[in-house]
Amino acid sequence: MLRDITLGQYYQTESVIHKLDPRVKLVATICFIVSLFVVKDWVGYLAAAVFLAVMIKLSNVPFKYMIKGMRAIVFILLITVVFNLFLTPGEVLWSVWKLKITKEGLQLAVMMAVRLSFLIIGSSVMTLTTTPNSLTDGMEKLMRPLKIFKVPVHEVAMMMSIALRFIPILLEETDKIMKAQMARGADFESGNLIKKAKALVPLLVPLFISAFRRANDLAMAMEARCYRGGEHRTKMKPLKYAGRDRAAYGVLAVYFAMCIVIRIYL
Amino acid sequence: MSIILDHVDYVYGADTALAVHALKDVSLVIPDGQFIGLIGHTGSGKSTLVQHLNGLIKPTGGTIYFNGEDIHAQDYDKKKLRSKVGLVFQYPEHQLFEIDVFTDVCFGPKNLGLSKQETELRAYAALKQVGLEDEYFYQSPFDLSGGQKRRVAIAGVLAMKPDVLILDEPTAGLDPKGRDEILDQIAKLKEETGITVILVSHSMEDVAKYVERIIVMNKGSVLYDDTPKEVFRHYKRLEEVGLAAPQVTYIMQALYQNGMPVHTDATTIEEAGREIMSVFQKK
Amino acid sequence: MGIIKTEKLVFEYIRRDEEGNVEGITRAVDEVDLDVKQGDFVAILGHNGSGKSTLAKHINAILYPTEGTVWVDGMDTQDEQQLWNIRQEAGMVFQNPDNQIIGQVVEEDVGFGPENMGVATEEIWQRVEESLKAVGMYEFRKYSPNKLSGGQKQRVSIAGVIAMHPKCIILDEPTAMLDPNGRKEVVRAVRALNDVEGITIVLITHYMEEIIHADQVFVMDKGRIALKGTPREIFSQVEKLKELRLDVPQVTLLAYELKKKGLALPDGILTVEELTQALMKEYRRQA
Repeated sequence: MLRDITLGQYYQTESVIHKLDPRVKLVATICFIVSLFVVKDWVGYLAAAVFLAVMIKLSNVPFKYMIKGMRAIVFILLITVVFNLFLTPGEVLWSVWKLKITKEGLQLAVMMAVRLSFLIIGSSVMTLTTTPNSLTDGMEKLMRPLKIFKVPVHEVAMMMSIALRFIPILLEETDKIMKAQMARGADFESGNLIKKAKALVPLLVPLFISAFRRANDLAMAMEARCYRGGEHRTKMKPLKYAGRDRAAYGVLAVYFAMCIVIRIYL
Repeated sequence: MSIILDHVDYVYGADTALAVHALKDVSLVIPDGQFIGLIGHTGSGKSTLVQHLNGLIKPTGGTIYFNGEDIHAQDYDKKKLRSKVGLVFQYPEHQLFEIDVFTDVCFGPKNLGLSKQETELRAYAALKQVGLEDEYFYQSPFDLSGGQKRRVAIAGVLAMKPDVLILDEPTAGLDPKGRDEILDQIAKLKEETGITVILVSHSMEDVAKYVERIIVMNKGSVLYDDTPKEVFRHYKRLEEVGLAAPQVTYIMQALYQNGMPVHTDATTIEEAGREIMSVFQKK
Repeated sequence: MGIIKTEKLVFEYIRRDEEGNVEGITRAVDEVDLDVKQGDFVAILGHNGSGKSTLAKHINAILYPTEGTVWVDGMDTQDEQQLWNIRQEAGMVFQNPDNQIIGQVVEEDVGFGPENMGVATEEIWQRVEESLKAVGMYEFRKYSPNKLSGGQKQRVSIAGVIAMHPKCIILDEPTAMLDPNGRKEVVRAVRALNDVEGITIVLITHYMEEIIHADQVFVMDKGRIALKGTPREIFSQVEKLKELRLDVPQVTLLAYELKKKGLALPDGILTVEELTQALMKEYRRQA
């Protein structure tokens, strides 16, 4: 169950998307997310769907891996849909007791669902095709201008990259501790909310201790390998734009322009 | 009173591309009071197997019976099963969480809904069983040494008074001193209480001294299930699957092949010493 | 002076209670003199808490001596100017395979050290390739570390250190969390580095069978060096080793027991072949 969270899980394969500069993918993901909020009608969503479908196809990542990330947000998705469905005023289509489903509500609910799913799948395309390390490299470079404002860009990027590396390890550990406590008769499923929250203590305390121990070990290992912050550092994989990256920016610009055109003229 | 595995199969992530057939048609009978060594290298399925025994993992095929009852039947009480089949995980000290040793050991019996008095009596008895001195009872478990922490964690399972005690690699990461202490403690416990003990390990040398039966796992199947002497006879095959018989076996085999008339089935240093001396004395 | 030298090295740490008051002082390393020759394979043995890990951390300037001095290739570890040179020359591999890999992909992790040292990009790639080949992990260069076995992860960690072109590598119980296969893999890789590349090795362990091929063995107990010598010299002192609660290999133990019972066997037998040969010789002699 915990292993289903695909965010930050790189899928190893060869593809055009995999080869793109992480900065392109970051910018593209941000543009794609913005475009989802720019467009307001079915034509726009169709354009977004086509764009997304082409990217998925190009990425060579099996579609079911993209969907996996969705499981984590099913709950949020449901809430959004239900709220929009029942709480939007407008032309009533159907009503039961005090609940009314309106035409506007239905539209909004579907739209929100599409938006959220696209958003997650779009981000998954990025995380599945980019190693978290090159992702943070990309972020570091994109955010470099912020250094002027004393933002510790390198440190933040390093922290993110480490966090990403340890997520799968800590998830596995959670699974193990949970089982170990269940073997001692712990019950994580039944009871009311307070009881459930209390039941988490035997899980969270060992997990935190383990995380701190790992952090300590890792800091020592990094120091032993001459890590001393971003200064003096060279890159094994320095980011350089290639022809395909410029082409990708072109495609992205066309898509984004199209979304704006659709919004304004249709 | 026994555990029976009837044609148990287990596939990890059956619906994904990464499906792994972790257990293949495993059938075993674990009668009361045996001291068993479960051996296999990493990924052989031994850890998956033991998690089946207390119902933490549900087999994808086959049935598991505890005292004649199917443990995955609709109304079977899993919590009770877990108190009867105690499982100590690898690096069990990582599950400690309470403010002091004694409270941590109380966690198991408390979960069983026992009275405060009974809980504490059991916790006390369990800590005594693992040989922890009274002076440590009210210390934070995190201040103890590695070997001590591990004993506290084992006591945490013992306090539930299991009929079967399963220990997954109880000596991993300990130094020789800590390892001998833990294994001796377990052997003593076995002798005193007569419970069934299953020792999961990848070291033949560690278990050969203690157990009466060895189950060797390889690629999710049972490769051998016999007495240590019989199992070590197949030392060449064991090597092929990434395991090794105790060094003693190799010595006896080498001597025999060089023409010394020794019996090759000694599994411990004491046995080997006696055997070699008897050959020399016969001359 | 050897590549690693310590003189009267003492390390004390202060235990504090919950309010931060000093409860006591523990002497983890007590007047240790060590001299390791360039190109040697040195093993340090000892049970948990004997001070062997604390000693190791001094060589990489992670800890600094309370008293005495540590030199790495002639550089005093307390000299802050030399800190990064020392860390580059004396690489370190730790116990837990998961907690020392920084990269998301094997090759990126191996490149981490050279990146920190400011090595030019092309050379980093060269070094990564060489290092991964030296430990036999080149074909796994694109893998995620999470998909590797314990032994493979440790080999990646060793490659990460080699890529920094160190003169010596200190391995702090690199096999304690591995299964027998993983242990063999790692020891084999370490021996190859010593034999082929001539890198000085300091292997800290509590598995006696890993030190059979060492040039020099130090046994630590209570922060002091209790025994030192060649593996054969060390293994001939079975009683002393038992007293130090160390694990004597079954062969050595059996030879010792047989000798006690009156068979004429040489001291410090280390391998199955040696014991078999010695026993057969004795058997034929008596016949």
